[in-house]
Amino acid sequence: MPPLIQTISLLTAQVIVLLTVSPFLVGLIRKVKARLQCRRGASLFQPYADLAKLFRKQPVISTASSWIFTTTPYILFASTLSAGLLVPTFASQTPLNFAGNIIALVYLLALGTFFLILAGLDTGSAFGGMGSSREAIVASLTEPAMILSIFAIALTAGSTNLSTIVHKTALLEGIVTDPSPHLMALAALFIVALAETGRVPVDNPATHLELTMIHEAMVLEYSGRYLALVEWAASLKLAVFLSLIANVFAPWGIATTLAPASLGIGLAVYVVKIAGLAVLIGVIECMFAKLRLFRVTDLLGVAFILALLGLLFFYILRS
Amino acid sequence: MSVSTDSLFMLFWLLLASYAAGILLPFCAPRKPHIQGMVGSACSCAASLIGIALGLSGLVAAEPLTAMLPAPIPLLAFAIRLDPLASFFVLTISLAGLAAAIYAMGYLKEFHGRVSVATLAALTNGFLLSMTLVVMADNGFFFLMTWELMSLASYFLVVTEHEKEDVRHAGFFYLVMTHVGTAFVVLTYLILFQSAGSFSFESFRHPEQALPEGMKTLVFLAALIGFGTKAGIVPLHGWLPYAHPAAPSHISALMSGVMIKTAIYGLIRVYFDFLGGQFPWWWGFVILVIGTLSAILGVMYALMEHDLKRLLAFHSVENIGIILIGIGAGMIFQTYELKEFAALGLLAGLYHTINHALFKSLLFLGAGSLLYATHTRNMEEYGGLLRRMPWTGLFFLIGAVSISALPPSNGFVSEWLLFQTLFLSVQLPALFLKLILPIAAALLALTGVLALACFAKAFGISFLALPRSAHARQAEEVPIPMRVGMGILALLCVGLGLAPMIVVPLLDRITGPLTGASISHKILALDGWALAPGTVQFSSISPPMLAAMLILSGLLGLFLAVLLGGRLMTRSHKTWGCGLTLTPRMEYTATGFVQPMKRVFSTIYQPTIKLETEFLEESRYFAKQRKFEFHIEPVFEKYLYDPVVNAFWGIADRLRILQAGSLHLYLTYIFVTLVILLLFAV
Repeated sequence: MPPLIQTISLLTAQVIVLLTVSPFLVGLIRKVKARLQCRRGASLFQPYADLAKLFRKQPVISTASSWIFTTTPYILFASTLSAGLLVPTFASQTPLNFAGNIIALVYLLALGTFFLILAGLDTGSAFGGMGSSREAIVASLTEPAMILSIFAIALTAGSTNLSTIVHKTALLEGIVTDPSPHLMALAALFIVALAETGRVPVDNPATHLELTMIHEAMVLEYSGRYLALVEWAASLKLAVFLSLIANVFAPWGIATTLAPASLGIGLAVYVVKIAGLAVLIGVIECMFAKLRLFRVTDLLGVAFILALLGLLFFYILRS
Repeated sequence: MSVSTDSLFMLFWLLLASYAAGILLPFCAPRKPHIQGMVGSACSCAASLIGIALGLSGLVAAEPLTAMLPAPIPLLAFAIRLDPLASFFVLTISLAGLAAAIYAMGYLKEFHGRVSVATLAALTNGFLLSMTLVVMADNGFFFLMTWELMSLASYFLVVTEHEKEDVRHAGFFYLVMTHVGTAFVVLTYLILFQSAGSFSFESFRHPEQALPEGMKTLVFLAALIGFGTKAGIVPLHGWLPYAHPAAPSHISALMSGVMIKTAIYGLIRVYFDFLGGQFPWWWGFVILVIGTLSAILGVMYALMEHDLKRLLAFHSVENIGIILIGIGAGMIFQTYELKEFAALGLLAGLYHTINHALFKSLLFLGAGSLLYATHTRNMEEYGGLLRRMPWTGLFFLIGAVSISALPPSNGFVSEWLLFQTLFLSVQLPALFLKLILPIAAALLALTGVLALACFAKAFGISFLALPRSAHARQAEEVPIPMRVGMGILALLCVGLGLAPMIVVPLLDRITGPLTGASISHKILALDGWALAPGTVQFSSISPPMLAAMLILSGLLGLFLAVLLGGRLMTRSHKTWGCGLTLTPRMEYTATGFVQPMKRVFSTIYQPTIKLETEFLEESRYFAKQRKFEFHIEPVFEKYLYDPVVNAFWGIADRLRILQAGSLHLYLTYIFVTLVILLLFAV
């Protein structure tokens, strides 16, 4: 295949995989939670039906809002999907590897957060403002921990480009014998992922109680296709973080070549890996209570310290 | 591309002539403020355009332009030298100057009949001219003259509305602080003069033989305090949040956008040029720590501000900090002879310098437009302005996205380069520094996301939802010149974000000679479409590709919405207000928005809350009225500035005894002084 066609087909595959797998993850987490709570729960494919229904509904727009409110769902969808294109999913070499490294990924997600915070304020409802304000503080506490854990990983792999990290790790190049820095960075990044995707113990995606909601409060006024896009973007973000964790820390099985068999195995392994992580999140959501907003600081502080320790361990082990 | 020295020289004289015209001509139309303002602004426009040409050609010229006029005083020479570093700052000043001048054509109407528009226009031209000369000066004495002219011009501009008590106070604070700074700059040059024997910058260069180690340290500290005061580094930033908001908005834009950058110029000139990039590691470390502190504290205090212009002024402290992080990291690498990384740090710092000049000027002009339309600086009285002022809103949003370093803006590119510089600390030999630089990176990330929160607040509360006051309800879009001024800067913000392949080679012409390593061909990968410090394998971004990805994914979202949902129709309805009609009083306020931050970072803010409740006489369950007061501890004013001021007053009080008002006593003083002097003479 000529390189251009190959690039485009790989990109298209990546987009399709991300868009189709992400609602499934949400469904899976809900199912696990339901089973653990001795309920039967909705079908695993309920989120797809929800999205299809929402897309067909006519949205209601607040008279107080501006074009920010109606553009935000598209910006959020675009920034999350773009971030997703930087993360290796089933193949270790993403065609857009050169377009951005992991810092670009963090800032692309921040672009979506920024507009979502604005949209929360735009309708004039106090709930939206409350959600925006909380989202802002949670985001400010997660970002430093995220950057440090990323750096700890980048040190081991000698790169900050995700494809390179994953590819090298998958081929077992440049891996230190002692995995402790990696494990600490993994723990830190997992906490960050819970916080960034609005999961228990930081936020509860299943609540509409004004005193506790964060993400749900920001998107409270959305309806119809706008809500569909926002929900899809939220599940995409979850998929992005799970792919990141799965492939950076356990890239084994990922397709390192472009042979059809390798790609097929890669896809199957990828789905199994992120499904496993989704089950883990479901279990965590059942086992822990949501933290008070001002106790979230402690949790994210732990993440920061873990990442810093990972960094320190790396240097000590090497010298 | 080569530019002849003759044409550069001609441009320089044209620049001087236009500014001179801008200073003199406004006074030729007495009692016609409209014409005065137009003439003055037109002259600054012309001069800025010439300045842009001069800066650009100076950046690509093979040989720096030098010119010298003899001066009547020994040691002084009106010498100028336009090397790439100076050209870059001339370009930055002129870009902001152009936007501010066009903006002023509309904005000056605010001042008709209140203050002398001719003086205001003339001072603006003088201010721009003195800034341009500061970065071009090639003689210490001449530099100090232009530096002082710049300080005085800006002081008079700050006190434009001197009938207000707080403006006078701000002006005085600024005047005192800037002169304390100048004293240290003078000290820097005097030490260099002592070893060089001349005030010419050429003789200042490479004094390592002549200057003992202790003296070099003194030069480092004096320059840091002197230029640092002008730049507004923590803890010398006290004047900044007072002076910048007090000035007319287009002047605030120039002060915050470019004047404080002349201090960055001074620091680079002294450390990298005069001292030849030879310094111990702790110099870079000190700059890095000060930079990180300024960045964090600047943004944290900005978060708590609800006066839009004060908020922006605190963000200048933050961004000066970010620039210094780049310079500090560059200095650390330079110490260890890692010249390419040093060049990268410096390049990232300079990239952020021009970016900040653009987006901060844009935001200040935006704040000026809000002030023009609503006559208040209090954010809690804005609201819903995006509908009434769509252009101002759009431009302010572009500025907000840029300052929050979100892709694909220019702020993102420079901060990304900064992150890469800090990550390259792996190559440093000392473990301590290997750990410090990533921590600085983590704090830079915190700064970035707090800036995001702060501008989400600033934009969200000011421009979105329902109008919060009658002023906001009656606001109207600003006149066209003001929109054009902001529009130019907004376009440049977007352009510099998408085209780093043009900016990086130009900046490389500055950092190459200063650090001894040319890196532009190494940073630019894939024919300039991607930036990759180190290798493409280590890290890379492609801002144009990111922009394309964002646009295409957005279109995909739109396509999916049409595909899955059919026709794009919407219905509008009032926001649900829990059964009541939603009023602006029910909206989230700026104070409410930052309440969680206030609690989480209470160690830094040290907030004091006072709640007084008056109850009904009949029952203590019903409150008649409640009074709520809230303050943030002004730590630096309380523990640093106030003690100094008090000590000063104490000394002045004691010295007052000498000045008893008796003529006989004064005659005695003169007599005694004379006798003592005579004794010495013998």
